[in-house]
Amino acid sequence: MTDNYDVIMVGAGHNGLVCATYLAKAGRKVLVLEAGDSPGGAAASREFAPGYSVSSCAQWLYQLHPRVSRDLKLEKHGLELAARDLASVLLDVDGQHLSVLGPLAEGGRLGGEDRDAYKLFHEKTLKYAKLISRLFESRPPGLVEANLADRFALVKLGVRLKLLGREDMSDLMRIVLSNMYDLMDEHFDSPQLKALLSVDSVLGSRMGPRTPNTVFGYLYRRVGEVFGYTGVAQVKGGMGALGEAMAASARARGVELRLGSRVRSIDMFNGQVTGVTLASGGQLRAPVVVSNADPVTTFEKLVGFRNMETGMARRVSQIRCDGGAAKLHLALDGLPRFNGLEDAQLAQRLVIAPDMNYIERAFNAVKYGEYSAAPVLDISIPTVSDPAGAPPGCHVLSAIVQFAPFEPAGGWEGASAAAGESHREHFTRLVLAKIAEYAPGIREQVVASELLTPADLERGHGMKGGHWHHGELSLDQVMMTRPFPGATQYASGLDGLYLCSAGAHPGGGVMGLAGKNAAREIIKRGAPV
Amino acid sequence: MTSKSDQTMMLRTPFHNRVAAACELNAWGTWKGYTTPTAYTDVELEYFAIRSTTGVFDLSPMNKYRITGPDAEACLNRMVTRDVSKIRVGRVGYTVWCNDAGQVMDDGTIFHLGENDYRICAFARAIDWLHWCALGFDVTIVDESDEVAALAVQGPTSCAVLLAMGLAGLEQLKPFGLTTFPFEGATLTVSRTGFTGDLGYELWIAPDRAEALWDRLFEAGKPHIIKPFGSDALDLARIEAGFLQAGVDFVPAESAVRNGRSRSPFELGLGWLVDMDKPVFNGRRALRREQAEGSRYRFAMLDVDGNKPAQHSFILKGANKVGTVTSAAWCPTAKSNVAFAQIEMPHGAVGDELVAEIYYQRELQWTRVLAPCKVIDAPVFNPPRRRAVPPGSF
Repeated sequence: MTDNYDVIMVGAGHNGLVCATYLAKAGRKVLVLEAGDSPGGAAASREFAPGYSVSSCAQWLYQLHPRVSRDLKLEKHGLELAARDLASVLLDVDGQHLSVLGPLAEGGRLGGEDRDAYKLFHEKTLKYAKLISRLFESRPPGLVEANLADRFALVKLGVRLKLLGREDMSDLMRIVLSNMYDLMDEHFDSPQLKALLSVDSVLGSRMGPRTPNTVFGYLYRRVGEVFGYTGVAQVKGGMGALGEAMAASARARGVELRLGSRVRSIDMFNGQVTGVTLASGGQLRAPVVVSNADPVTTFEKLVGFRNMETGMARRVSQIRCDGGAAKLHLALDGLPRFNGLEDAQLAQRLVIAPDMNYIERAFNAVKYGEYSAAPVLDISIPTVSDPAGAPPGCHVLSAIVQFAPFEPAGGWEGASAAAGESHREHFTRLVLAKIAEYAPGIREQVVASELLTPADLERGHGMKGGHWHHGELSLDQVMMTRPFPGATQYASGLDGLYLCSAGAHPGGGVMGLAGKNAAREIIKRGAPV
Repeated sequence: MTSKSDQTMMLRTPFHNRVAAACELNAWGTWKGYTTPTAYTDVELEYFAIRSTTGVFDLSPMNKYRITGPDAEACLNRMVTRDVSKIRVGRVGYTVWCNDAGQVMDDGTIFHLGENDYRICAFARAIDWLHWCALGFDVTIVDESDEVAALAVQGPTSCAVLLAMGLAGLEQLKPFGLTTFPFEGATLTVSRTGFTGDLGYELWIAPDRAEALWDRLFEAGKPHIIKPFGSDALDLARIEAGFLQAGVDFVPAESAVRNGRSRSPFELGLGWLVDMDKPVFNGRRALRREQAEGSRYRFAMLDVDGNKPAQHSFILKGANKVGTVTSAAWCPTAKSNVAFAQIEMPHGAVGDELVAEIYYQRELQWTRVLAPCKVIDAPVFNPPRRRAVPPGSF
């Protein structure tokens, strides 16, 4: 097979498509190879039961960078929001639900003091999120071999920190490494408010509110607000429609996209990337290969530890990327009824996590390779705003479920403690029972259900460990140490191989910045000699 | 039985009872947690046993690792700078290995014991590094440091001694060759290797046969004037032969704390051990960059005027300090005053004339000598008997 691509992109995840489009815009001839049969990666939709389709991985849009959206002309290519500015509602068994949108917290058992305290907290943390977002919009500075540009980036960071003012700067330094539990106790009285904000700090990660780094996790999520999202938004047609829009944009720029083309290996010779070998056996050559796969998959599986030096293999082997989040999809024959919620409110983001200790206990299980008996849930009923996802009158419920191990002992199909049930069935029943505490009739409405465990997410989306972010977002694995020292700034430490996935700076979430920054770096470095 | 008061924290090698009996000076040093003699009787006499008859050195504390499995060769080949595929079964290869930054972690020898079966002898503990190196390879790694006792038998009559001990046919063993003999129900492995630059062998045996081996060896060696030697005599011999000592002539890269204190193979004069034709090995990227951009330092062997060893000396070019000495000795057989130095580039090329700033003390009086010295291109001691097959009986 002869070919003359400038760049081969491994994987058509959202960051891969963003990166490919920017590269094509800069005149590079780009081929994108995707193992699956649809583009978008974690921005995917799937029919999980006849007539019922759902965002099969990410379910809310809240961080997509506006510049990416504009540059890729995503609206022109079909991106449409079914709903936006959706509040987060912390469900209460007695119907005393707490609702938070932007700086406003209301309902629940919230006192006036907490409401005011939240406003101030929101304002202050938004300042921090702004500072962090600036770091996200460019490559991270180098860790050791800082050149002038990198030093300037660090100086800018220092100046921005200073500009926060003395009090806020020292407060940020104080809290950024700390845990959400203590921070919440410091600011609020309401168990509901503390719990709702804590959920944001641990979503998609393998941390409980008492885990250090969770404040960073919270600020990370808040970056979405800097990018123009108040609350969460829902993509019409599910997140897969975003993937399709990105693919259309890439194609319009001349990117060649091949679906169903699994890359078996990234090929090297004398430390220089030469191209890729397909699972079907064919070889494709290009001087630059960009991996949209997570770093562990990229280095361990596609390049192979044998083809790199030991120090690099060691660092890759130590990346923490065990996921802790599962997804439950329910096909319902009608609109579920939640105690004390109006039908219109069902379009919003519904959260089950009564208090911080509840979250921490749910997290405890996963530390021991078990799933939570009483899990934390982030629920979306997309068919309220976008009825096309289910047959007329029917609905889909999609929930992020935390916490679940990659696999419990004996595997998900292995026998659970409950008689006659596999772990998968048992966990599904536990989650359903938890939802039924708030929506008593829901069990009778279920037509079909699907539980996607971290192991399923790894299989379905190629994400090692099933981790949404392609590696834990903790301070030892962000910025110049993401994915690991020696492979920052989107270069991999192997000539000609670049990284553009969530495993690279700034990380996961459907944001598009890893792809955008990677493209800029690749363009800046020019064609390899 | 030793009483409690005789016990120390130090480990004892399988030869300890024999070594202790022979160690008249009771001069003990430490080596990887083992107590080992720095000298037995007299350093000069021990040195001359190595050069004139036969000297015996207990090297049991040496770190020994066994690497087996279908990927053993591939794994080692990725780890070390040399092409391991060229070390055939029954051969030993000297090599260095680097970290990803191309800095030397250690030097050592690779014994190709059999198909998919290697032993690597290392100065530094390496079990953790070996396990990291094994990621992605189908290999088994065993630390057999305590399971193999070893003696170095070095000197012109060493072959004769071993033949007299009954190791028939040993004279046919080539340098860096490896062979085995039955020994009292166990297997005695013999390699024609050593750290003295002389004719010599190293004997590898199970610890429970160690004392028997020592006894048979010294019995057979009596007519050939066999003598045990300590680490001081070894140091003298290895400097004369031009051998670097890890931890002395370079800081093992992964234990260097300060930035810039480690060295690449090129900077240690060991570029000949680096096979850049191998597509992947630890340090390759960095070494390729170093080849393109130039090294920071050069290893220089210096012939120093006078007879004062240039230990710890600064090396000057004109009035400027351009290097430091890592090892130095007056070498009795070669009758030359040798120093190993790390010289800043571009100085230190062969023939370069430099000055060693030597400080020495006689009866509490310190004296400073500015000794002219010259960079030489080869070790001062390299006798034909080291390579001869058969080596001849002396």
